[in-house]
Amino acid sequence: MLRTFRIGGIHPPENKLSAGKKITALAVPTQVVIPLSQHIGAPAQAVVKKGDTVKVGTLLGKAGGFVSANIHSSVSGKVNKIDDALDASGYKRPAVYIDVEGDEWEEQIDRSETLNKVCNLSSKEIITKIAEAGIVGLGGATFPTQVKLTPPPGTNAEILIINAAECEPYLTADHSLMMEKGAEILTGITILMKAINVKKAVIGIESNKPDAISLFKHMIVHFEGIEIMPLKVQYPQGGEKQLIDAVIGTQVKSGALPISVGAVVQNTGTAFAVYEAVQKNKPLIERVVTVTGKNVANPSNFLVRIGTPISSLIAAAGGIPENTEKIIGGGPMMGKALVSTEIPVTKGSSGVLLISNKEAVRKPMRNCIRCSKCITVCPMGLNPTLLMNTSEFRNWDLAEKNYIVDCIECGSCSYTCPANRPLLDYIRLGKGKVMGIIRARKS
Amino acid sequence: MENKLVISPSPHIHSGDSIPKNMYGVLIALIPSFLVALYYFGLGALVVTLTSVISCVAIEYVIQKYMMKQEPTIYDGSAILTGVLLAFNLPSNLPIWIIVLGAFAAIGIGKMSFGGLGNNIFNPALVGRVFLLISFPAQMTTWPLPGKLPLTYTDGNTGATILSLLKEGASNLPSYPDMLLGNLSGSLGEVSAIALLSGMAYLLYRKIITWHIPVSILTAVFVITGIMYLADPVTYAHPLVHLLTGGLLLGAIFMATDYVTSPMSTKGMLVFGVGIGVLTSVIRLFGSYPEGMSFAILIMNAFTPLINTYFKPKHFGGI
Repeated sequence: MLRTFRIGGIHPPENKLSAGKKITALAVPTQVVIPLSQHIGAPAQAVVKKGDTVKVGTLLGKAGGFVSANIHSSVSGKVNKIDDALDASGYKRPAVYIDVEGDEWEEQIDRSETLNKVCNLSSKEIITKIAEAGIVGLGGATFPTQVKLTPPPGTNAEILIINAAECEPYLTADHSLMMEKGAEILTGITILMKAINVKKAVIGIESNKPDAISLFKHMIVHFEGIEIMPLKVQYPQGGEKQLIDAVIGTQVKSGALPISVGAVVQNTGTAFAVYEAVQKNKPLIERVVTVTGKNVANPSNFLVRIGTPISSLIAAAGGIPENTEKIIGGGPMMGKALVSTEIPVTKGSSGVLLISNKEAVRKPMRNCIRCSKCITVCPMGLNPTLLMNTSEFRNWDLAEKNYIVDCIECGSCSYTCPANRPLLDYIRLGKGKVMGIIRARKS
Repeated sequence: MENKLVISPSPHIHSGDSIPKNMYGVLIALIPSFLVALYYFGLGALVVTLTSVISCVAIEYVIQKYMMKQEPTIYDGSAILTGVLLAFNLPSNLPIWIIVLGAFAAIGIGKMSFGGLGNNIFNPALVGRVFLLISFPAQMTTWPLPGKLPLTYTDGNTGATILSLLKEGASNLPSYPDMLLGNLSGSLGEVSAIALLSGMAYLLYRKIITWHIPVSILTAVFVITGIMYLADPVTYAHPLVHLLTGGLLLGAIFMATDYVTSPMSTKGMLVFGVGIGVLTSVIRLFGSYPEGMSFAILIMNAFTPLINTYFKPKHFGGI
């Protein structure tokens, strides 16, 4: 029997429409908008100004703190302006606008396709290179990778877990990358193992990607200490704590970091970016984005330069279908509804999903019938309907006692609720409030 | 296009599960028992069930529309379900006017006075049944004898149920096959163990209920009545007789598992189930009523909020 996490979980229709589609490089647009905040943490500080000439790979913004990441230019051309731009969050935040001229790359970047397996750098040098390249978690959480690779003092990493679950319905970016860049990903994993000094890495992958599983089973024999573990398809397997539970059968305590059980988790796409950064000197300037939807003419996996407006991705996939009600950055469970098609692709963009009014409909909410289905599916073992009530009645004390801050916002409760209650909407509100209260108490 | 985009927080898709799907699912699971009731009690079963359902739905509609001034939600199936469950707990020769009074107690007092579906503390159908049991003890304990598609309603021959025979210390009980099939006197929906168990299989398959409540009730009853039987087989009936008779299966599978009035965590469900099992056994073995299931469920319904407070779901990180 395949392993999976032990509490809750759902199985929404997978709808992996773009599975098996080759990754195609999208044409460079005439202008890119590169936000200075594409990660969790402090925004990067701009180091270019209007009129500057930049190449592909030129540093645009320097990390603005310990938890922050460098931002590089994904195109060559002239800086048009540094101004606020709408991003996936729906807010306007500072971004660098670049008018594209030609496609000139920084000289130190190795653009050849040859596989470079040997890495003689020390752990410290690897982490420095990763930090310089501006790599963040590419699964969608966009946490700066170098921070995750630097365990706090007193902790010790024992195992590297690679997240290849891709449990969000529709998305196939990681899957397609595994099919085409397997050796590079495995080299990246080897480098990551060296960076955190562990001898063992396990790739956790859901069993709905049999082609990638059999491909990797053949390839890992050439790499030391890497294992691939097929997992039962269950959402949200890609959640960090859920994946750790599935792979090593240990649950990270409330409020603790994965390192407390000796695990470091990295995404497949991140492993590939690490390979390119360390072995090819290539900063994170492009990524694979799935463009999909039931009515989309050509669901595709595109290799896209950061800063490309999603409208060009949608056009390349056949345009916006009739009856499209929502355009989502990411998957249907945790993605964000976008306010405009001019929002740029950022480091965290794993997909663009166009869903129809029929699929996106929110039915009117009814009384809670206490069926406890939300409890059954909650992967954190919470009581979502109780937490919704605590938010509704502003009982923050009770919310905290019932672990509201442990909510990972996977949406399984709202997805399941037969009374169509917007459980996660309220829990998210309460979680933010309680986190603020906890912070205030500490300071 | 641009300004037609809808913005809302995630998740953006829904399972499609709904209150009606669950309610009609339970109704489907009750079909086998209804067919058995039609076979053994004929016209009476049909009249009682139809009267109960129609009055429950009508009373809910009138209260919602004219007293609560809200959009009636009778199409969600919950009033129909209450009507069917109430009928299944009544003798098939009960006069229509008594059934209507029972429906009023169930829907009006048991459900709508608390604010409707989701807010009630006690199982509405049982509120209706116990109200009738206390108000009309003679009519509520006069059971028609099972026949073959009888066309009788209030004028058939009557007999005693197994549990009332037991209270009187009788020893010539019906055979096990009759208990399984339902060839006995009793409330119209409680007689056939096979029909009720097949309904349970369907509910488990559809994931409308989990095993926790029914299994814990049946286990508790089996253990307690089993101990008494081992201690004194002459006075006390075999535990299987207790499992297969009275409203035990109907209550354990369809009434105690009512979403609104049962606990939410699996641990809480087990506590709730064992509580019902113990109370039922005690009432049946030592109480003055032959039947204990309705009272046991209602008493445990009252404990549900307390159980919910003390028995929380297993929290991630606790293993």
